[in-house]
Amino acid sequence: MARSFDLGRFLRRDETKGMVLIAPPFIYAVLLLAAPLAAIVLFSFWTQDFMTIDRSFTLSNYREAFTDPLYMELLSRSLRISLSVTVITVVLAFPVAYFVSFYVAPERKSLWLFLITIPFWTSYLIRVFLWRVILAYDGPVNGTLVGLGVIDEPLAWILYSANSVVITLAHAYAPFAILPIFVSLEKIDRSLHEAGRDLGENRVMVFLRVTLPLAMPGVLAAVLIVFIPTIGDYVTPRLVGGSDGTMIANMIQTQFMRLNNAPMGATLSVLAMLMVGFVSLLMILGTLRWTRGGKSK
Amino acid sequence: MKGQSLKIYVVLYLVFLYAPIVLLPLFAFNSGTVIAFPLQGFTFGWFIEVFTTKALVEATRNSVFIAVSVAVLSTCLGLFAARAATRYDFPAKGGVVGFVMLPLVLPEIIVAVSLLVVLIQAGLSTGIWSVIAGHVLICTPFSIAILQGSFANMDKSLEEAAVDLGETPLSTFRLVTLPLVAPGIIASLLICFTISLDEFIIAFFLSGNEPTLPVYVWGLLRFPARVPVIMALGTLLVALSIILLITAEYFRRRGLRRTGKRDVGGFL
Repeated sequence: MARSFDLGRFLRRDETKGMVLIAPPFIYAVLLLAAPLAAIVLFSFWTQDFMTIDRSFTLSNYREAFTDPLYMELLSRSLRISLSVTVITVVLAFPVAYFVSFYVAPERKSLWLFLITIPFWTSYLIRVFLWRVILAYDGPVNGTLVGLGVIDEPLAWILYSANSVVITLAHAYAPFAILPIFVSLEKIDRSLHEAGRDLGENRVMVFLRVTLPLAMPGVLAAVLIVFIPTIGDYVTPRLVGGSDGTMIANMIQTQFMRLNNAPMGATLSVLAMLMVGFVSLLMILGTLRWTRGGKSK
Repeated sequence: MKGQSLKIYVVLYLVFLYAPIVLLPLFAFNSGTVIAFPLQGFTFGWFIEVFTTKALVEATRNSVFIAVSVAVLSTCLGLFAARAATRYDFPAKGGVVGFVMLPLVLPEIIVAVSLLVVLIQAGLSTGIWSVIAGHVLICTPFSIAILQGSFANMDKSLEEAAVDLGETPLSTFRLVTLPLVAPGIIASLLICFTISLDEFIIAFFLSGNEPTLPVYVWGLLRFPARVPVIMALGTLLVALSIILLITAEYFRRRGLRRTGKRDVGGFL
């Protein structure tokens, strides 16, 4: 029998069904994500004079971005702040995830996770604003430290600086770090620990040679989930950062909304994205290498 | 021993997590206009002002309308994607699904400015609808993550049994699949609603002259005298989020019971 194209059978195939189903969300993402991102890249090669956009291709925005010390300082500071936030958040979060995974009874684990996620669902703007209150010169942190006699006079450097941005962001992204680490810890076969102990390793060595390497996928996920969005944070540097804590997102906003220089804003966005992508890639490759190296031992 | 010191650390960590939220009601009921210690007297005044400030009520209405639309649209898109990802194989599946999930890790300011650029170039005005469009983009990945869990937990043989018993694919979906994933759908609706209601940066760029609640709050933060009203508003929002989350968690657990799976964790 001749094999003609059977439309009915084609439509009933699982592959087709899958493609038909994924089409609406995929097309939506192409239209509202891929196309706008392409537009941003295009824009970065144009220039704007007041309200008119000059569409001739030029690299002048990039030249300006790389030669103007302000832009370079903002980009490198954003990277610095974001990396500090990532390290602090993940290091602080790991013991919490470890505790919930290893020390909490199974039926109470979801209650603990719930407890950890609640603060994250409350108004972001107001939370950041409240950190400004907490870290203020006459706020509760300084009040307590002075009251306890730890310091003689209130610390001025904890508000309106890069430090306050780091503290506030470490708070805002805490659940994002805890959850992936928790998930990877949950997947670890508990008998591996017993095996490690039986073979004469002490607790610390079991943690370093069994738990930590096996938890690395979760740690890496936590690192990326915290690192990537924090570099583009606008609210926190604006509310608690002062002039020393200003980050690249604030400059992007200024270029678009105040200076009417969309092409420069687009250029800075592209540079920020490239920076995030590059550093993330390094992190992924570094982790892969480290875990592979660990296995071959 | 080791567990004990770890427990102390975790308690301190929870104090750190809850510190800002504990302060919120303190200042909301504090009669002083300055947000600082020591506290003054007790008042309900700021809460009354929340409900009598016309612009605030207007912004709330915009936000609720946006959040409801976003919840419905994202959950629909999420249903399609989660179903496709859990049940079928198709070319470049990982890449396609990964691309749809991308907004989860993209800095929001990038999403916001790129949409703004396109809208301005297309000569379209910004407003409620453009905020909805942007929020659907960032909420869909959350919806997919939740619904993927629901679909993955579902026993495939239940659907096959329905088909064997003579149901059409459509009636199988309505009679078997939908009731089983319904708790996931409700959880997804609630989560997307909450995310959209709180989202600031995209709304800041795309709301035009129809401010959402966070955009309005952002404007108020510049006026110190108005800040206690924001504290009262924040207290109400925290209470609302907690109620919504408890409801979402309740439905998620009910869903797990229905599919006969053991509870293994939270939403994400």
